[in-house]
This record gives sequence, C-alpha cells and structure tokens, in this order.
Amino acid sequence: MSRRVVITGIGVRAPGGRGTKEFWDLLCSGRSATRTISFFDASPFRSRVAGECDFDAELEGLSPRQIRRMDRATQFAVVCAREAVENSGLDLAVTDPHRIGVSLGSAVAAATSLEREYLVLSDSGRRWLVDREYLSPHMFDYLIPSVMPAEVAWTVGAEGPVTMVSDGCTSGLDAVSYASDLIREGTLDVALTGASDTPITPIVVSCFDAIKATTTLNDEPERASRPFDGTRNGFVLAEGAAMFVLEEYEHARRRGAHVYAEITGYATRCNAYHMTGLKRDGREMAEAIRAALDESRLDPTAVDYVNAHGSGTLQNDRHETAAFKRSLGDHAYRVPVSSIKSMVGHSLGAIGSIEIAACALAIEHGVVPPTANLRTPDPECDLDYVPLTAREQRLDTVLSVGSGFGGFQSAMVLRSAGATV
Amino acid sequence: MSEPVYVTGIGVVAPNGLGVKEFWSGTLEGRSGIAPLTRFDSTGYPARLAGQILDFDAAEHLPNRLLPQTDVSTRLAITAADWALRDAAVDQAAMSDYDMGVITSNASGGFQFTHGEFRKLWSQGPQFVSVYESFAWFYAVNTGQISIRHGMRGPGAVLVAEQAGGLDALGHARRTARRGTALVVSGGVDSSFDPWGWLSHLSSGRVSAVPDPDRAYLPFDTAASGYLPGEGGAILVVERADAVARRQAPQVYGEIAGYAATFDPPEGSDRPPGLRRAVELALGDARLRPEDVDVVFADAAGLPELDRAEADAIREIFGPGRVPVTAPKTLTGRLYSGGGPLDVVAALLSIRDGVIPPTWNTTDVSDDHGIDLVLGEPRNRPVSVALVLARGRWGFNAAMVLRGIAGGADSVRV
Repeated sequence: MSRRVVITGIGVRAPGGRGTKEFWDLLCSGRSATRTISFFDASPFRSRVAGECDFDAELEGLSPRQIRRMDRATQFAVVCAREAVENSGLDLAVTDPHRIGVSLGSAVAAATSLEREYLVLSDSGRRWLVDREYLSPHMFDYLIPSVMPAEVAWTVGAEGPVTMVSDGCTSGLDAVSYASDLIREGTLDVALTGASDTPITPIVVSCFDAIKATTTLNDEPERASRPFDGTRNGFVLAEGAAMFVLEEYEHARRRGAHVYAEITGYATRCNAYHMTGLKRDGREMAEAIRAALDESRLDPTAVDYVNAHGSGTLQNDRHETAAFKRSLGDHAYRVPVSSIKSMVGHSLGAIGSIEIAACALAIEHGVVPPTANLRTPDPECDLDYVPLTAREQRLDTVLSVGSGFGGFQSAMVLRSAGATV
Repeated sequence: MSEPVYVTGIGVVAPNGLGVKEFWSGTLEGRSGIAPLTRFDSTGYPARLAGQILDFDAAEHLPNRLLPQTDVSTRLAITAADWALRDAAVDQAAMSDYDMGVITSNASGGFQFTHGEFRKLWSQGPQFVSVYESFAWFYAVNTGQISIRHGMRGPGAVLVAEQAGGLDALGHARRTARRGTALVVSGGVDSSFDPWGWLSHLSSGRVSAVPDPDRAYLPFDTAASGYLPGEGGAILVVERADAVARRQAPQVYGEIAGYAATFDPPEGSDRPPGLRRAVELALGDARLRPEDVDVVFADAAGLPELDRAEADAIREIFGPGRVPVTAPKTLTGRLYSGGGPLDVVAALLSIRDGVIPPTWNTTDVSDDHGIDLVLGEPRNRPVSVALVLARGRWGFNAAMVLRGIAGGADSVRV
C-alpha cells in the first residue's frame, strides 16, 4: 500500500489580517486587502497598488538577532512555520529529526534585502561601483538564498532533506509537491513546506511595470485586482507566506492529528512557448490538470471546486479558462471556479501555498471563497467564477492550479479526510 | 524494483575547459581555470582569485535573439544543455514533448544582469528597467529557457541549496524519470562575477585571500585558507533505462544508482553532522556497501574545520585510507549549483577511462584526516562505483552514487 500525505497544520501571513483565521475571514467576506503602496514612494511607477502585509516581526516573536539577519520573506516563512507546527499539535520533541524535512518555495527570495543592500553599497545608486566599505555580513545569503529553508529547518529541528524550490510563480504548489514526494517515497514522515515571497520593492515593481503585467487601476486600489472581469488589466503584486505541516497519513492518524486534507495528486508541465507569454489554448495546464486527476484516480466530474490561478492579466484568465474547458470538459461549466488573488493579490511564489491553505480551509468549512471585484463579464471567460459572494457548499475534492513565467503550469488535487479515509 | 536511470549525455562549461573533452583533458593534466578576476576591475578587493570562463563567446553558440534577454549564467546553461543533448543524440522531434523535462539547480540567478537593472532603476529611473528583467533574474530562468529552446513540455523544476543543490536537482531528475518522464535535462550552472556579486561572495568570510593561484584553494591541506568561487557547471541528460534502450542511445556514462540529502543540526547542537548519514542513505539506496566504492569525489570546502568534518565522515564510513578521495575542483573553484553536477561528470569519466584525477595543488595532507587523497598525478585504476559529495552553506548535505554499466549502452538494449 502506498504512503499517503495529509495536511495537519497551517500557518498563513497574507494581506488583510494576521494569521490563518483572519486570512480565512477575509476570503469569506469577499473584501479585497490590496491598497496603494505604502512601503516606498511609488509615484514614479506605472503600477502603484499592492497587497501589503502589516507584519510586525517583533510582535511575531522573532528576536532582534533574527530580525537583523533574516530577509523579510524568511521572517514570514519562519513565523508561518511556527504557527503551522502549533496548529498541527505535533510534538517536535518526540519526532525523529532525521524524518523531518523542509521544502520552501520562493520566486524572488531575498529581493527586499538585495535592494536595501544595493542602495547602501551604491550610495542610493549614485556611484557606478558598489562600495565594499558598507558590505553587510549577510549579503552572501541574499545572493544565494538557501538560508531561507535553513532557517525553517532550524525552527523545527529538521535534519532530513531541506531545499528551496524556486519555479517562479508556481513555486508554492511545486514546493509542497516536492515535500509530498519525499513523504510518499518513504524518505520523510513529516515536512514543513510552503512558500514565502515579499516582492513589494522598487526593482520588482519596475520589472513588472516594464512588461505591463501589473495593473494600472491605481485609483481604485481595493478594486484593482479583478480576475476574470472584462475590465481587468493586470495583476496586483502582493506579499505573503503559507506553511504547512505535511505528514504521512499513518503518522498523523497514530497521534490523533486533525487532518485538513489529503494531497492525492499533482503534476507540472512546461509550455515551452515563451518566458512570459501564454498560448490561448491552455494545452499544457490542461495536461497538468489531467495528470493530477489521473494520479488521484478521479474523473474530472469529481472536482467540487477549482481554485484558479486567476491573476487578472488579460492573457492569463482566458488561457486558464481554456485549460479548464480542455481538461474538465462540460464539467468546467458546472464547477465553481474562483481566484483569491482578487482579495490578497499575487504574491508570486508564495501565492501557490496561500491558495493551498485556502483550499484546505474551504474543505474544512464547506465554503467556496468568491472572486471579489468581478462585476463586468468577459465573453471569453464564461465559467462560474463565484463573483463577489462566498458560497456554502460541501467540498470533497478541490483542484488548485498555478501558472508562471518560464512557462510553468502546475496542478494539485486535495481531498477532504472524509472523502479518502 | 525501480527502473534504473542513466546519464546518456553531458555538457560542460567549466573554467578549465569548455566541452567534455577540454574539461577532462584539463582536469587530468592539471590545467587550471583559477586566475585574478578580469571580468571587472578587481584592484583593491581583498581577494581577487576566481575560476572564470574566459573563452566563451555566447554569440558563437546562441541565436542573437537570446543575447539581450539573458545573463551570462543562462547563456552558459543553455549552451551546456545544447551540448548534452547533442552528445546524447536526442532527437526531440522523435519524442513526445511531455516525455522530456528540465530540472536544474540555481544559486544566484541572473545576478550580473539584475545588477545592471538595479543600477538603471536607481540612477536613471523605473522606465529604464529592461523588459527582460522579470525573467532574466529569477532562479527559474535556466529551466524555462532550456525547455523553450527544445520544446520540452514535461515537468520543470528548480532547486536552490547552495553547493548541494546540483546533486538535489539530479536526484529529483531521477525521481521524475522514474515517475514517468522518460528523459530529464538536469544539472546546474551559476555565475555571479560582477562587483556586487563578488562582494557578496566575500561577505561569506570563506573565500581565500591568498594571492597565489596555485596556493589559494588547498582542501585538506595543512595550509587550507578558504575556497575560491568559480563559474559554470554541467548539464546532463538523465534517462530511464527503457527509453535509453528504445531509442538506442549512443552511450551510457553510468547509472545514478543512489542519492540522499540530509541537513545538519543547528550550530551548538550536540547531535552529529549529517554528511555521514547522507552517504549511508545514498549507499543504501544504491544497495551497495562502502567497500564497493572505488573513489570519493569530496565536497572539499577548503576550510580546516569543514575539511576535518568531511574527512571524519569518509574515514568513519570507509575506514582510514581505504578509499581514494579526490577533489579536482581545485582547478575550477567551487561552482555552487554547478559544483555537484561537474563532479558527477568527473566521476562518470573516471568510470569510463579507469583513471582518477588528483586534487591538484594540495600537497600536505594532515595525517589526522586519515584519508587517501589522490595527489600530484592521476591514478590509473578501474572505477566502477563513484561517490560524489556536496555540502551547501548552513548545513545542506547531498551524496550521489554513480555506477558504471558493464558493456555500456550495448547492454541496455531491448
């Protein structure tokens, strides 16, 4: 009998609230937590809205030393890892460290610290060369950010495989799948996994400005993220993190753990088309969905809810709609599909994990989170996107998908404990 | 029983040789790629030696279209992938697009490229930032570019674990091949030799400041003073046995027979470090015993305490002086994500040619280490099983076991 993988603990930091409960309350309310950028003067930029977190590292229990050495994204990951462990009730003291691993996703990793150090080293860009007089002792860890999963490993005492998965905007799905693979193959019994990104910094804002990927709906910050809406014109950059305790099913059962959901299938495909562009037909995402359902031994009709990538760019939302139709057939028109990016924005690599958290909580509470700000239909996006209002509905099988630069297309199937046990 | 997974093609971009042939002859002859940095004016920096690739002209190997949108590390990675696929004689058109995946490791992304964009942003303004910055910088760039260039639509992934990540990528490539993707292009290539990247390397406090290129990076030597960073790496074609047989691949360099990764306990813990356990798990995975191993390619950190920890692990597993140990990376420097894959290449070529390259430059190995470090000249002896070790800063350990195939590709026929 093959080993099964379940989610037994969740920790989230997302815009609009602190912790998992506030995150879920936001999703149920249909409110959007995106706002005008406050972290720096964004007036010279094309896109000036973002999903910022009111994150207080001290209040979150990090020591001054930890705060000094850790990049903001690392701080998010560590705080969420602690919360996930606490939430799972797992007693780390009686868990074999050799059987605990870490797989952490991040797309742009230490971007915040890189930019801060660049400004110090170059006297705010006024000098041609960087000046070594002002070199931070942590600069190496911003250049090569594998210290991020290392910090999580130290937090939980993991001595099994530890790695960072950096597949751009599918990192959050792919990192969890990587951990799930390690549990399934027998390498681990427990994994701390998830993703973190804190990209609201001028270099990242400007690189998405440059290709017009982010929204220009600057005058309505809380209505700027509008996936599947006919007036959408780009995604809203955000920050956040979600971490999970993943466990082998028997391990969780023996200790009487609460099971949020089982991860029954996952697949990823590359579109091999363009570093930022998407073909309209959704072929590779459809194939990833098909393969993930296959691994779960489920028909498309079993899917009760689709958590969409739904970034709110013109091309993504129609690409994705095509992929759902291609993979789910007629069922695509019947199954509720929604994008929580309408409420928490697009936190690059982190969002895939934040969305897994949303899926697990949706199963737990029997509620489909809505797509906020969806008021104007787009003829090319003609599915049931659960506009504006959350919907109560029993959910046994949930599909979550992600799509990212580099051509990555990933899909994961989660099932309720009741559906699988 | 899991299906065997083989390496059928190799592409090398190393400071001491472009291409497998140049790299291997350089490695056996002691041709070094270590020299004072010339990529930028390094006068005045406290350490100036690195393993640079100075004979690579990207325009010779890549279409013009790719040049403005890629960092030097990505140009090297794409080229290495091209060479590996050519070496393996892969006909992409004859394979299903979903049957080919790309899994690479990366440590510093397109760093030199992004440094340029930081400069434009802060000295000129946001509207001067390149339209390519959004994807030339991030760690996923090499996997994305390679998959696009070759129409590979199977699984793609990118792992980051400093110097250990390259072996993790190859291990994940094997996992992915076994789970259904016949062929995976895998490995790692890094480069970050612009002034900011270089300063970042120096900030680790582990880079040797000794100015003599032959005396700066001396792993296991009593004069060990740190390591030297290098650029480049290797990309390999990793293929499941049935696919190798079906398409009659021209050669099999060897089998990825075992792999494992561990993480060290936190500093100050009284628990033992994880390298030994990684080796034991990798050998167990390969169903081999320590006495089956013919050579160990060491991580060779070049710092006394780290060299000692590695020597301890090797000695405890194999017995004092019982297995030849080597570190040809003294000719290239440490390549981060490229380091593990390049050592895997050296291990596979040792198996092919029955010769172990020495640890050039190291001369005075402390007896306390209790290891048989191959020194001075190549050692001729049959090699059928090689172990490659890699450690990443902060506690990452990875071990990979490579096994030769008697009869080579001919023995993998349907």
